[in-house]
Amino acid sequence: MTIVEGPVREAVPQGPLKTPFYPRVAKIDTVNQWHEWKGFSSPDALYCEDLEYFSIRNGTAVFDLSPMTKYRVTGPDAMDYLNRLVTRDMAKIKPGRVAYAVWCDDQGQVIDDGTIFHLREGEYRICCQERHFAWFQAATIGFDVDVVHETEDIAGLAVQGPTSYSVLKTMGVEGLEDLKPFGLIHVDFQGTEMMVSRTGFTADLGYELWIDPAKALDLWDALFEAGENFKIRAIGTHALELARIEAGYLAPYAEFLPVDETIRTGRSRSPLELGLEWLVDFKKPNFNGRRALAEEKRKGSTWRLVKLDIEGNKVADSSYIFSNSKAKGESIGFITSAAWSPVCKQNIALGTVRTPHGKPGDTVWVEIYYQREMHWNREMAKATVVDKPFWFPPRRGATPPGPY
Amino acid sequence: MTKSMGEKYDAIVVGAGHNGLVCSALLAKAGKRVLVLEANQQVGGAAITREFADGYLVSACAHLLYQLQPEVRKELKLATRLATEDMTTIALGEDGKHVRLKTDSVEGVSDEDAKQYRDFRKRMARFAKLLRKVFNKTPPRLGNQDFQDFLTYAQLGLDVRMLGKAEMEAFLRLIFMNIHDEVTERFEHPMLKGAISLDAVLGTHLGPRSPNTMMTYLYRLAGDQGRAGVPAGGMGSVSNELAQAARGAGVTIRTGMPVKRIIIENGRATGVETESGERFDSYKVISNADPKTTLMKLIGAKHAETGFARRVSHIRARGNAAKLHLALDGLPAIEGLSRKDFAERLVIAPDEHYVERAFNPAKYGESSPNPVIEITFPSFRDETLAPTGKHVMSAVVQYAPYGLKGGWNEEAKAAFMKAIIDTLAKYMPDIEQRITASELLTPADIENEFHITGGHWHHGELSLDQFLFVRPVNGAAQYQLPIDGVYLCGAGAHPGGGISGAAGRNAARAILRREKAA
Ligand SMILES: Cc1cc2nc3c(=O)[nH]c(=O)nc-3n(C[C@H](O)[C@H](O)[C@H](O)COP(=O)(O)OP(=O)(O)OC[C@H]3O[C@@H](n4cnc5c(N)ncnc54)[C@H](O)[C@@H]3O)c2cc1C
Repeated sequence: MTIVEGPVREAVPQGPLKTPFYPRVAKIDTVNQWHEWKGFSSPDALYCEDLEYFSIRNGTAVFDLSPMTKYRVTGPDAMDYLNRLVTRDMAKIKPGRVAYAVWCDDQGQVIDDGTIFHLREGEYRICCQERHFAWFQAATIGFDVDVVHETEDIAGLAVQGPTSYSVLKTMGVEGLEDLKPFGLIHVDFQGTEMMVSRTGFTADLGYELWIDPAKALDLWDALFEAGENFKIRAIGTHALELARIEAGYLAPYAEFLPVDETIRTGRSRSPLELGLEWLVDFKKPNFNGRRALAEEKRKGSTWRLVKLDIEGNKVADSSYIFSNSKAKGESIGFITSAAWSPVCKQNIALGTVRTPHGKPGDTVWVEIYYQREMHWNREMAKATVVDKPFWFPPRRGATPPGPY
Repeated sequence: MTKSMGEKYDAIVVGAGHNGLVCSALLAKAGKRVLVLEANQQVGGAAITREFADGYLVSACAHLLYQLQPEVRKELKLATRLATEDMTTIALGEDGKHVRLKTDSVEGVSDEDAKQYRDFRKRMARFAKLLRKVFNKTPPRLGNQDFQDFLTYAQLGLDVRMLGKAEMEAFLRLIFMNIHDEVTERFEHPMLKGAISLDAVLGTHLGPRSPNTMMTYLYRLAGDQGRAGVPAGGMGSVSNELAQAARGAGVTIRTGMPVKRIIIENGRATGVETESGERFDSYKVISNADPKTTLMKLIGAKHAETGFARRVSHIRARGNAAKLHLALDGLPAIEGLSRKDFAERLVIAPDEHYVERAFNPAKYGESSPNPVIEITFPSFRDETLAPTGKHVMSAVVQYAPYGLKGGWNEEAKAAFMKAIIDTLAKYMPDIEQRITASELLTPADIENEFHITGGHWHHGELSLDQFLFVRPVNGAAQYQLPIDGVYLCGAGAHPGGGISGAAGRNAARAILRREKAA
């Protein structure tokens, strides 16, 4: 037998990929608790969830968000393309601004939400949790636009917390004084362009930094050096998740299931059902889902997203929601995310209930099961529907931010 | 700059194909002011008669009339004169032993085959009748995109809404089957099997073993059980008659007016702009062009939602039927035929495997070296079509795939032409000497000259995923696109192609009904 030499192929990586910051994150890690996030390994926690959480609210938390899915959208029709893709009016999003947006299928059901960065005139980046290349590609039909998947081309760090402004200033980032929430600037970092956006998943003062992966480790080192006196800490997803719930932000697979992942009808949600009507601009003549959403608005929605302030301190994970304290009749919905909020000192949750239930101010009842030494207990906890995020401090929006 | 033509129409129909004419005529009869804009100089689309050689005229695409719906005939008071009617299909045998197929009998086969054929046609007739009913209705709306739902809905909904339950079940079973299984189970004679197979696949990108070729076979019968005739003066006569009916009802028809785009303003149609830069206003634009052309070229996919645009962009419309026109200095010699047989429909499809093998190369972008052919000599009964003593042969030839590898250049056309003539010569040894002029229209030519995507007979494949509730695609099966004010009225819409007028009539009725409801 002769062995024919073929072309040398690069080895296919086994197991989850490592982000550009992996060497540093892994070095700090003491608990060895990781999960997979869209093909990358990402830490649940690095040393202590609670401490990590408090660094978001009391210092500066650094989170490696490189696995976030990123697409670059360019070309003469880039704006028109996005305007048809998402429900909000992208014409209002000027260069240097970032838009939180949601996109739907033709039936007006949410595929995902994410942020769209208007990097430069006519040049955009979509940033989201799920992968959508097939859909985004299909959406190019009829447009002069290029959509490129660039997740691995950009390393990203979330730098969140009251001292984050001071940390970045100390690191030498200029122009932050005037950067408002949902603004972005391009700055120089050691001779490489870095994008800084005032965005985040924490509803606190915070930034996200985006850079060439080759400079990732230098950025990390500079950041931690600058943060030395500002309580800087790296964090994992558990701490971030708690901050996310406090902020009242949605997460796919919690508050909604991407419609392309559903099989049964009625298991997806529309933006109207997720409290995102402010993101749906019916003045636009055409966007994906417009017809269906206009119809839904006329007829009324089936579901409503609720933020709940729950009595007691038992976390209402996966609980059913009832309209009465006796759990009589059918449940009106269920909890999608729940937590004890240390900073609000409140038992909070997000949930989905059938309309007309769940108007702000309404009282509902949550059926909470909890375990004590193996045995299960059940509690019907009273809850109030609130319409504001649980945590939304003034410092989040202050421009210029205060130095802490 | 476009200048608006001021006059406002209740509806503008893009294209004066026979369906566009039917639709416009019915709308006008209901009191609407209708303008029809046709790209070509002649009305009729793929249903025209034209001169292809000095003194020789022919039906340029469609040449046999077998599906024109009685409803259309009646409502528009058509009195089409036929030069030939109730044609026999003669399956040609190289040895001069031919098989003759009539609507419910067959000659030239064993008694058992003859009996089977009678049974077969009786059964088919029952289903064709059902299908004809469906033909003339707007399909119900489908809840979501699931194909299984489509079937469920078909089973539950259709039989309640349209047909009886038992018949419907049998029908639903049948339409998935392929014609190959049916003919091999029933018949012995290869030429009988071949001729029926040919009928099932004519005009499609399907072979006899392809799924749902029972449905395409039935589709052919959904007129007058497949009884075919040839209009006096060629197929153009039907279109001219329709145009006359339309004009009589007040329709304005303008030819030589290619529409460049359907104008969408604020999410709805407001008119059309022609290539010459004229603008015509109307809140209803009805397209006789195929669905792909309509959305991708005339409207612009960006005016639709992504899912819908993607579905339309994926419509399969790969034409396979070429049209051959020969000017002959006399009728060719065919062994075993009497002179009067030249009035009939002759087919070359010696057995079911031959048809499948003719299809095979088409899957890979090659034309058939041994094509299947449907032949008529329209001049035999109609001397207006050729100089005295001379004749015209009009033939549909398959398979000539639209996406031929390397494209349909002169060389490729010459090679396919040779394959056709060689095939014909097996049955008509003197054919080559008789030819004084010829014209071969490949699907690429048909696309160019008739503005049909892929040059496809049906403006989009006739297969179950593009049929009924999902024809041309889900979301547009009720003659209305999900863009306000834009409608479809051509072969790409339900039920499909063929000179039937069903799509045009259903579209007009759906539009009028919707208007009433609003
Ligand atoms: C080779 C071949 C043979 C066939 N043989 C038969 C047969 O024997 N019997 C039979 O029943 N059927 C036959 N058919 C099928 C039949 O011809 C078609 O299904 C039928 O003609 C479709 O009619 P229609 O009115 O829907 O569309 P068309 O006839 O295609 O008409 C559409 C019209 O719209 C016009 N148009 C398109 N775009 C524009 C624009 N932008 N601006 C203005 N006008 C535009 C076109 O020019 C055309 O006139 C055959 C088809 C082919 C290709």
